[in-house]
Amino acid sequence: MISALQKIYVKNDQLKAYTLLSPALILIIIAMAAPMLVMIITSFNTQISMVEIDRTFTFDRYEDFFSKPIFSMLLFRSLKISFLVTVLTLLTTYPLAYYIAFYVKKNKMLWIILMTLPFWTSYLLRVFSWKVILGNKGVINSALVGSGLIDEPLGFLLYNQGAVVLTLAHAWAAFAILPLYVSLDKIDKSLLEASYDLGNSKFETFIRVTLPLSLPGIIGAILIIFIPTVGDYVTPQMVGGTDGRMLSNMIQSLFGRANNFPLGAASAVLMLSSVCIIAGIVTYITKKLTLRMS
Amino acid sequence: MYKKNNSLLVYCIFYFLFLYIPVFLLPIFSFNDSFHMVFPLKGFTFDWYIEMWNKARLHKALWNSIKVGVITAIISTFIALFAAKAFTRYRVKYSGLSYGALLLPFIIPEIIIAVAFIVIWTSMGLKLGLIPITISHILYCTPFCLLILISRMDGFDKSLEEASMDLGENIFGTFWRVTFPLLLPGIIASLLLSFVISFDEFILAFFLSSSDQTLPIYMWSQLRFPKKLPHVLALGAIIIVATSFIVMLSYWFRNLGQSNNNRGSHI
Repeated sequence: MISALQKIYVKNDQLKAYTLLSPALILIIIAMAAPMLVMIITSFNTQISMVEIDRTFTFDRYEDFFSKPIFSMLLFRSLKISFLVTVLTLLTTYPLAYYIAFYVKKNKMLWIILMTLPFWTSYLLRVFSWKVILGNKGVINSALVGSGLIDEPLGFLLYNQGAVVLTLAHAWAAFAILPLYVSLDKIDKSLLEASYDLGNSKFETFIRVTLPLSLPGIIGAILIIFIPTVGDYVTPQMVGGTDGRMLSNMIQSLFGRANNFPLGAASAVLMLSSVCIIAGIVTYITKKLTLRMS
Repeated sequence: MYKKNNSLLVYCIFYFLFLYIPVFLLPIFSFNDSFHMVFPLKGFTFDWYIEMWNKARLHKALWNSIKVGVITAIISTFIALFAAKAFTRYRVKYSGLSYGALLLPFIIPEIIIAVAFIVIWTSMGLKLGLIPITISHILYCTPFCLLILISRMDGFDKSLEEASMDLGENIFGTFWRVTFPLLLPGIIASLLLSFVISFDEFILAFFLSSSDQTLPIYMWSQLRFPKKLPHVLALGAIIIVATSFIVMLSYWFRNLGQSNNNRGSHI
């Protein structure tokens, strides 16, 4: 009996594959799907005291969210900031990935390691470092005042949305460099030569050949930067000030001092769904645009 | 393929400075004999490093972070190892779907996972602390381990395993004597990198911690007080050096025994 079962098992690849996959799938179900389901359910509930939640189904939390302008404003701002971060990161890292892929001959790996190493060092400390750089008594201002170039420190550097965008673009650079480099490095160099032979200039070749072929990298970078950064908490908290507050800071206070779990859950649900919809649209448009250009 | 492009090179150097200046700034100030992080530097001191030795809460937090990190690294590497084998060795039905699902925790904003965890954990009446932090870290690290191990498995010749089977080794013998040694560098890289990710992770730990702090939470709580700042900088400098070392080591392991053309593909 057992040996018969063993025979079936050894012959059936699907069964073997799914046995191997099962720990991972169980992890996803228990630690991601189930908690997110409970989060969605909770977003339709009501907080009645510090610890008690009324489990009757209601849309009130979503009504709360949209009736208080601060929530929609923070959601919109979060989306705007992560959109700007994505664009800034792509624009600043594309030339870099391009250089490593096409110009660097020896030690490409070393370049990649050096460009991605800062990503692994403490995120908290990197963000804090920007606060030190941009602050009123910070590195830039103390240097400018000390050298006599300005009398008063520049106040506009820190505690605004610009500081948040800059800090996040720094923090997420590795996530753009890697996919961009991988897609650029894969490009068959003879295609570029063919484009030159057909009389295209360097710029035309870039627009018509290189850019469209690097599309998978661009889309990859958009997805891994735009979606996670919308929920960033540390950066707006540390360098954002009131002007740079994002929805995640509100969500944190709903689970802390404000103690309204259902409203916090509703905010999280709305954040996730809106960012996914927008990421889908952006990816679609990017694809269409680049294909039209080529 | 192109020869030279000096303007691009200059741009790269500037970008390089932009990336590294914030990282080097903190270690520089950790030796500065002042509470304020302002140039010019006041004087050289080791005081802040010495101060770390008498901080009991710091030691507790460090120990918690190491515990969480080690458990996370081992479990997520194991889970990812099995999954990577399934994806690279079998033609799985719905493999695209499963693969996408397994990579999701890496894409979803961490705060969403944190909120979902806090909601399910408290609604089950359980106490927050290191256990939910560890589970959420395992979830968050598994996609990284999976990517590392899949690229390692893609990199070695499947026929080596088949040869071992043909020579009469059973599945376990083949795994132990062929697959495992070939995979070992990838496994070590996966362990090291997932440890680093867990060790540095802030949001999940911040939402899910109770009285037990991890190291990033400890640093966060100290950053607000100017007087306590310098010893956090000293701690930060050590963390930056240590994690950089671990990451370099894991890159080295990842390329060990890989053929040249496969080097550095997916990182």
